[in-house]
Amino acid sequence: MTRYLFRRLISLALSLVVASLVIFAVIEVVPGDPASYMLGLNAKPETVAALKDQLGLNAPAPVRYLNWITGMVQGDFGLSYTYKTPVSQLVIQRLAVSLPLALYALALAVLVAFPAGLMAAARRGKVADAAVMGATQVGIALPNFWFAMLLVLAFALHWQIFPAGGFPGWDQGLWPGLRALTLPAIALALPQAAILARVLRSALIETLGQDYIRTARAKGLTGGQTLLRHGLRNALIPVLTIMGMQFSFLLAGAIIIENVFYLPGLGRLIFQAITQRDLIVVESVVMILVFAVILVTFLVDLAYAAIDPRLRKRA
Amino acid sequence: MSLLRLDDLSLAIHGKPILSGVAFDIAGGEIFGLVGESGSGKSMTALAVMGLLPSGATTSGRAEFMGRDLLTLPERALTGLRGNEIGMIFQEPMTALNPMKTIGDQVAETLLIHRAASRAEARDVAREKLARVGLPEDRFPLSRYPHELSGGQRQRVAIAMAIALRPKLLIADEPTTALDVTTQAQILDLLKGLTGDEGMALMLITHDLAVVAGMAARVAVMQNGRIVEQGATETLFRTRTQDYTRRLFAASAHQPQRRAQTRPETLLSVEGAVREYILPRPSPFAKPPVLRAVDGVSLTIRRGESLGLVGESGCGKSTLTRAILGLDPIQGGTIRLDGQEVTPGHTMPHDLRAKMQVVFQDPYGSFNPRHRVERLVAEPFHLTGQPKDARDRVAAALEEVGLSPADMGKYIHEFSGGQRQRIAIARALIIRPDLIVLDEAVSALDVRVRAQVLDLLARLQESHGLAYLFISHDLSVVRSITDRVLVMKAGRIVEEGATEAVFARPEHPYTQRLIAATPVIPAAWQDSA
Repeated sequence: MTRYLFRRLISLALSLVVASLVIFAVIEVVPGDPASYMLGLNAKPETVAALKDQLGLNAPAPVRYLNWITGMVQGDFGLSYTYKTPVSQLVIQRLAVSLPLALYALALAVLVAFPAGLMAAARRGKVADAAVMGATQVGIALPNFWFAMLLVLAFALHWQIFPAGGFPGWDQGLWPGLRALTLPAIALALPQAAILARVLRSALIETLGQDYIRTARAKGLTGGQTLLRHGLRNALIPVLTIMGMQFSFLLAGAIIIENVFYLPGLGRLIFQAITQRDLIVVESVVMILVFAVILVTFLVDLAYAAIDPRLRKRA
Repeated sequence: MSLLRLDDLSLAIHGKPILSGVAFDIAGGEIFGLVGESGSGKSMTALAVMGLLPSGATTSGRAEFMGRDLLTLPERALTGLRGNEIGMIFQEPMTALNPMKTIGDQVAETLLIHRAASRAEARDVAREKLARVGLPEDRFPLSRYPHELSGGQRQRVAIAMAIALRPKLLIADEPTTALDVTTQAQILDLLKGLTGDEGMALMLITHDLAVVAGMAARVAVMQNGRIVEQGATETLFRTRTQDYTRRLFAASAHQPQRRAQTRPETLLSVEGAVREYILPRPSPFAKPPVLRAVDGVSLTIRRGESLGLVGESGCGKSTLTRAILGLDPIQGGTIRLDGQEVTPGHTMPHDLRAKMQVVFQDPYGSFNPRHRVERLVAEPFHLTGQPKDARDRVAAALEEVGLSPADMGKYIHEFSGGQRQRIAIARALIIRPDLIVLDEAVSALDVRVRAQVLDLLARLQESHGLAYLFISHDLSVVRSITDRVLVMKAGRIVEEGATEAVFARPEHPYTQRLIAATPVIPAAWQDSA
């Protein structure tokens, strides 16, 4: 087990190094000069040059790369050109919205997907299965921003249970924050729940064809007991893989939903940074996202080993 | 009074008849054998008794167990019986256990599910039952997972699970078919001992007449969903009143007509072959341990000779075969075919590879299901270049193996297992190789089909002057088709000699053990009919 952990950690570190190099290289070749962007069209060339010097943009690439990396390791992500505030502060503010939103959406997706997937697998080929399959088809096909607008119409305008948009901040208390995130989380969770339910159903159905399921039935377990005690755990590996990918997507990929609900999330931050050539913000946020994805993958790997004794042993 | 009484049991699945009028009795404590070829309905009979038939099944007749008709019992009552009054074990021990749960938990589950014991008591019973089936706790703790056990050990766990509640009836469906002969002997011994100690009846389902002969007091022979004949084992084996039973017997003892035609020239020579696998390091800085799967093996095959290679699973015979075929590199020694060195991978010249072809065990997995037979059989032509008369040669090869040229346009799923193996032989023959490697080529076939394929192999060897390397765990098959035999154990050849001599007077203790463990029908029973 320690060996498994050790190897995973090494591969995690290597992935981070490679990713940082790629991000740095891409930013290098992207057209657009932050200094001239910040000073506007009428700036004198000398002023631009002076600013570039001040920002450290004239140093050779390897030096800038090392400065960037050592800064990040110490928690210094640099200064945003446009906001004139430390990037780390920006990111923390945005993560305070995006991270709870992603977790909220994923939790909702799991709460819907597991019962639906289990029921469909237990009654495969029957009406309940067809209903789940049909509903998930719709869930995948619906554009979630459109579904988000329907939610606003129903729960914010007609019934006025949840706010239509905006985020009050966590300092207003837990409940107002959660209320503001509920509709976006539902909108985000819908397609994820549909995908997850389908993956769980097909993984369970494959598992139910295994010999050890027949053995369990021969021991006297009912169909339902067999499904929960012997089927579910064996079917979890593909489900966990998908959940890991979904979480990573939800963290930064919620930009459309953030726009629909005027949420100050990471997705919007990075979108604005790109349009304003705020490259320091772009590279730092992308790097943080890469780190998050790699960390999630690592956690998923640990979960695999916790579930499957064969993986623990191989290590 | 009988424990289980089947009366006119018929079964159809989605309207297709599977069983018709099956009737037999099993008395308490008796061993009852059910023999037949694949598809004869043996397993379906067992599943009908368990109430575990696939969906779409409709039954008629009666299956009375201790006075209750199993066919009409509601599912609730059946779950109360399964594992409690009737236990069952299956053919594939490698996949019969849940890989995620420890063996202790899986055995204890039988008790917990029937609320027969508390958690702690269930563990005690699990400990005791595992010890009873030969897995004592000091060597096999309850915390072991299935993947840490061998096939035979896993079958023991499955038995412990099935007998944990001392059922009145144990159904064993081909319990030893996937196991080596020495392991088979141990498991059969265990089953026999259990019926004696626990007063449990055993319904033993098998295709192997010799296994039944040594175990069952009474036996029923099944064919096409019907009982052909049943009675006391010895009487039935001696008299064989039904034609089908006679044919089954003849096939299982079948000796193909063949003449030795070995020529003096060496075709294949293996000298001191070593194949090693590097195992994972125990700790990050330790030297990785090495497993020697093939440990200095030397052998020769002459032109036209048929050489047998026998040994139990894990002895290295498949690894050696892969090296001979040039699929894997060797770490020591040389392999020469017709004087030319066999090199692994893409560096092996086509003309050399064309001299040697292979037929594998699994007639289902060794063909691309999306290609027609014509393309499948013609595949080896990429080694020699596509001849102009390729189509005619495919047709000729199909005729040679007893199929029709019209089969060229069909897909592989349209054929039975025996026919598929014939197609595999046609594919091997088409470029006229000197050597055909037959890796467990008849092991998956029913006895009658196996007899036909062995005849075919004997005939082809004679007409084409082929040499065979015949790899099998089945001693009787090797005995019937080879001139010389090698016995392999733990990566080494422990005995070598003319086939008849080795089987009649085995010298190495391991060979003696193998031969002693092979079940046989007593010779006295065989002549009387």
